[in-house]
Amino acid sequence: MRIEDLKPILEAVIFVASEPISEEELARLLPEADRAHVAAALEVLRREYEAEGRGLELRRIAGGYRISTRPEYHEYVRRYLKTQPSARLSMAALETLAIIAYKQPITLPEIQEIRGVNSARAVKTLLEKRLIEPKGRKPVVGRPILYGTSREFLIHFGLNDLSELPALEDFQELGSESS
Amino acid sequence: MHADPWCDLPDELPPREPEREERYTVKLEVFEGPLDLLLHLIKKEQVSIYDIPIARITEQYLDYLRRMEELDLTIAGEYLVMAATLIYIKSKMLLPRDQGPMVEAEEDDPRRELVERLLEYQKYKAAAELLWSKAEREQAVFTRGRVETDDANPEVNATLFDLFRAFHRAMERLKERQELAIAREEITMAQKIAELQARLEREERVDITALFEEARSRRELLILFLAVLELVRIAVIRVVQTERFGRILALRVRASTEIVA
Repeated sequence: MRIEDLKPILEAVIFVASEPISEEELARLLPEADRAHVAAALEVLRREYEAEGRGLELRRIAGGYRISTRPEYHEYVRRYLKTQPSARLSMAALETLAIIAYKQPITLPEIQEIRGVNSARAVKTLLEKRLIEPKGRKPVVGRPILYGTSREFLIHFGLNDLSELPALEDFQELGSESS
Repeated sequence: MHADPWCDLPDELPPREPEREERYTVKLEVFEGPLDLLLHLIKKEQVSIYDIPIARITEQYLDYLRRMEELDLTIAGEYLVMAATLIYIKSKMLLPRDQGPMVEAEEDDPRRELVERLLEYQKYKAAAELLWSKAEREQAVFTRGRVETDDANPEVNATLFDLFRAFHRAMERLKERQELAIAREEITMAQKIAELQARLEREERVDITALFEEARSRRELLILFLAVLELVRIAVIRVVQTERFGRILALRVRASTEIVA
């Protein structure tokens, strides 16, 4: 199959997928197509979405492809959906999540060591929201649970993978500038 | 001449300082913990994090705790531990250092450990802010509406809380209503489930909020609530909402859904 033929097929499938759909899964659906062509078609499609002034965007999220509305039109979308933005995470939860994202897998006592405050509630909230998940236990006294970020975390923050987060050292510079 | 010193006041007193007033307003910033508070004080005083004037910062830190106390806020233990640490560092700084020349190495600085913790924490605080802005952008992004084959509907999870809220509200309302029932009706949960299922046979969707409101006694309401939870659990129904905080509807889970999916 030629790239030009693959493009609309891929677009159609990505459109109906309820979650970001990976290149592997798309390739499996199209055994008649060359794997490299699928990859190329996806890239072309993504660029087309970027270039044309459309209300939709095709993004790489959590290792897959997803079609969504562009953020600049949220006001109009909300007008139609009649929805309010959902409750935001508290600063305590975000701090805890940032530590987990950068230091995973990490235990609750280690998180508390960095934050200097009890963080059990923040961890519980993050677990409930499925932004983090247990990743086994640390082989030390008490065998505390190790936590890491989930796929839901990537989706929630619009990341393709963890490497998209800036290096922690970059924050240091930012921090010392402001103080 | 000086009979009434007050009469001259309006002319002689400088206009009231706005700062003074602010000091008495009951407003206290909220911090994520002692490290967050310290970073705030360091920034406010415009001092270097690498050379913290411990005496001054300790003073302000304790002042903050005092104000918290005045407002009857419970001070978390971590704040007190940090207060002790600050006082300890302060006292150590007052002690004469080792006499030897060049001993004033950085490792000797009693503030070192604290500074390292602050720097470490500051990085994650900045990272948290980045996450916040990313989440903010994603809040403004929508994927297409869910189609019927979406079996893993997150709305169900979310609305369990709403279900409870609706139950709670109906419960509150019942409290206000005088109960006149004399004969004690002994409806069981099994009966309630059968009743609900029979109704779902006839109707595509049943308004749960309305059912809650119709309940005549707390017992009936409770049984109804448990029956709904049970039906959700055994996947006979799904509870959905058409809008946030809207009415809660029960939909029959069609056996055919699985085949379609």
